[in-house]
Amino acid sequence: MFWRMISGALFRQKGKMLMIAFTVALGASLATAMLDVMLDVGDKVNQELKTYGANINVMPKGASLLDDLYGVEEGAGVSNQYLKEEELGRIKTIFWAFNIVDFAPYLDANVDVQLHSNAGSVTAASGTSTETSVSSGGSTSSGGSANVASGTAGVELVGTWFSHHLELPTGESLDTGIKNMKSWWDVSGEWPRDDQPTSALVGSILASQKGIDVGDTLTASTQGRQQDFTVVGIFNAGGEEDEQVYVPLLAVQQLTGRAGLVSSVEVSALTTPDNELSRRAAQNPKSLSIKEWETWYCTAYVSAISYQIEEVITDSVAKPIRQVAESEGAILEKTQLLMLLITVLSLVGAALGISNLITASVMERSREIGLLKALGAHNLPISWLVLAEILITAVVGGVAGYFAGIGFAQIIGHSVFGSAIDVKPMVIPLVAVLIFVVTLAGSIPSIRLLLRLRPAEVLHGR
Amino acid sequence: MNLLELKDISKIYGNVKALQDINLEVSQGEWLSIMGPSGSGKSTMMNIIGCMDKPSNGSVILDGADISKESARGLTDIRRDKIGLIFQQFHLISYLTALENVMVAQYYHSMPDEKEALEALDRVGLGERAKHLPSQLSGGEQQRVCIARALINYPMLILADEPTGNLDEANESIVLDIFKQMHADGRTIIVVTHDPEVALQAQRTVVLEHGKVARIINNEQDTGR
Ligand SMILES: Nc1ncnc2c1ncn2[C@@H]1O[C@H](COP(=O)(O)OP(=O)(O)OP(=O)(O)O)[C@@H](O)[C@H]1O
Ligand SMILES: [Mg+2]
Repeated sequence: MFWRMISGALFRQKGKMLMIAFTVALGASLATAMLDVMLDVGDKVNQELKTYGANINVMPKGASLLDDLYGVEEGAGVSNQYLKEEELGRIKTIFWAFNIVDFAPYLDANVDVQLHSNAGSVTAASGTSTETSVSSGGSTSSGGSANVASGTAGVELVGTWFSHHLELPTGESLDTGIKNMKSWWDVSGEWPRDDQPTSALVGSILASQKGIDVGDTLTASTQGRQQDFTVVGIFNAGGEEDEQVYVPLLAVQQLTGRAGLVSSVEVSALTTPDNELSRRAAQNPKSLSIKEWETWYCTAYVSAISYQIEEVITDSVAKPIRQVAESEGAILEKTQLLMLLITVLSLVGAALGISNLITASVMERSREIGLLKALGAHNLPISWLVLAEILITAVVGGVAGYFAGIGFAQIIGHSVFGSAIDVKPMVIPLVAVLIFVVTLAGSIPSIRLLLRLRPAEVLHGR
Repeated sequence: MNLLELKDISKIYGNVKALQDINLEVSQGEWLSIMGPSGSGKSTMMNIIGCMDKPSNGSVILDGADISKESARGLTDIRRDKIGLIFQQFHLISYLTALENVMVAQYYHSMPDEKEALEALDRVGLGERAKHLPSQLSGGEQQRVCIARALINYPMLILADEPTGNLDEANESIVLDIFKQMHADGRTIIVVTHDPEVALQAQRTVVLEHGKVARIINNEQDTGR
């Protein structure tokens, strides 16, 4: 009979019930969309932010110490400790190997540079000396006369991988280097190729100061050795890199006699935003319990990935480049907070709407409820009846809203992130509980109304 | 034996004295009608007898028990077990069929029994219309559903507030026939009415004026029976 009354109420008053279901659906769809986006946005924002820079800097232990003590940029003159180039492939073998997007080694040297422009004129590109050295444009190596100009302030020559082909210990292979990692660099001309050790990419500030153009030849000299480079591109990075010259790693290794060595490695990784656990771990991984340690180790925190890199690169210190890593987390937290607020507001809105509709419907049905009381029904069974009706309506609305919400989430995904949003099954119980609570909360005023209702007053028999 | 006794009943709403010092005894199996001008307190009295309201003063003895001190919950139980209510506006649940409307009363009383409910509808001549919604029934038919619902749990007291107020003469006589049948079956009936014809069917008529019993007319004597 209970169900007959409910089905009667539901099916024969479709209009009203549909309004309530629609309101619930609206709330449910917003909640679903926001929760789905919120849970997925971590990966999405990381992917977006990753393009703005690497996350982890790997240095030799000694250099890192000096760096910490004096805040000095690690350079050839500061430290004579190095990492081994042959070990770099191991970075792609750590637990979070798939989160390593790109990495590139650096080896830098302070050099004097002589410019041989295409036009044939020869200028000293570094220092104050305007003495013209004797050398013919485009020759691979010129006489020692250029070295005479040494002692002037040097140009920083950086050896790196541009798009280096790497065979991994696992048997896989990949191409990695700054061409991918520094995707925002604005290069006019071309990126150098790693298999052409004499090509060079010149920073835009240096290029404009010294009038260097694509196609020019530079002669770099240091410690009595020298090497000619062909300028294949000028880049604008918007930072101090714009005063440097980037060449293939091998060239700097040969020029400075440091075969197989690199002074630092920059690693770009997808990371999980920091939380309390990861911050504690970053300070001292040993302070964690075994269980916490495992959780931390198996989560893609930037500190966990750094730790794992240190494990595979001999005598290395891997440090998150803090500004970037932290701002990623902060932006993410803010975005998620915003969505949480929207979710809460939409649910509050839905609760108010539901509450109004239900109260109106109970008021409209006050005679019917009064009659049930007159027939001998107690408050509890009548409350159950009304609640059951509302909850069934809410379930219908909630299910419809859930699917609509998945649709919204995809629209948000495509318009904001340009990709689909992963639908997380855990959203279903979350939305179910939220809708349940919101509907119950929305029913409270009408239930109170119902309890207060006295049959003699509504049955107008008097 | 008296089924119902009202002793010095008063009902006061603010400064309106709806009922004042009402004393009345109704015996088992009696058919009583209540008449009086509008506002004289007829419905107020019915609400008190029907356990839907409490008197401000005085006591109501129903079936040997004083109900004027009962809690709201206790009154609900008495209403459910002992009283059948018939309304001028029928008060059928609009989204339930005639049959289901009768079964609702069974449901809150004990157990819904479709067969029994159908028989009750048959007795008021509506067996054929059991599956119709109230909106598909005429006023007289709706009132008969209301009566079937009031009778379904075998109440000891049937209260009807203007049962024929919304009906034409043809339907009025159908409903009166049902009342006569109920009376013959030994039910105790109290009917509020404006219609002297209806009132005359009862054994006694109580006339209320300004919340007081003005006079009690013994119809059987008057009609010479
Ligand atoms: N809930 C209430 N609050 C205030 N006054 C009330 C209330 N119920 C009834 N009254 C007053 O009590 C008096 C008696 O009302 P009651 O409904 O019993 O009259 P009635 O005899 O049934 O009239 P009618 O023939 O019009 O139905 C009226 O003056 C009415 O205004
Ligand atoms: Mg009245």
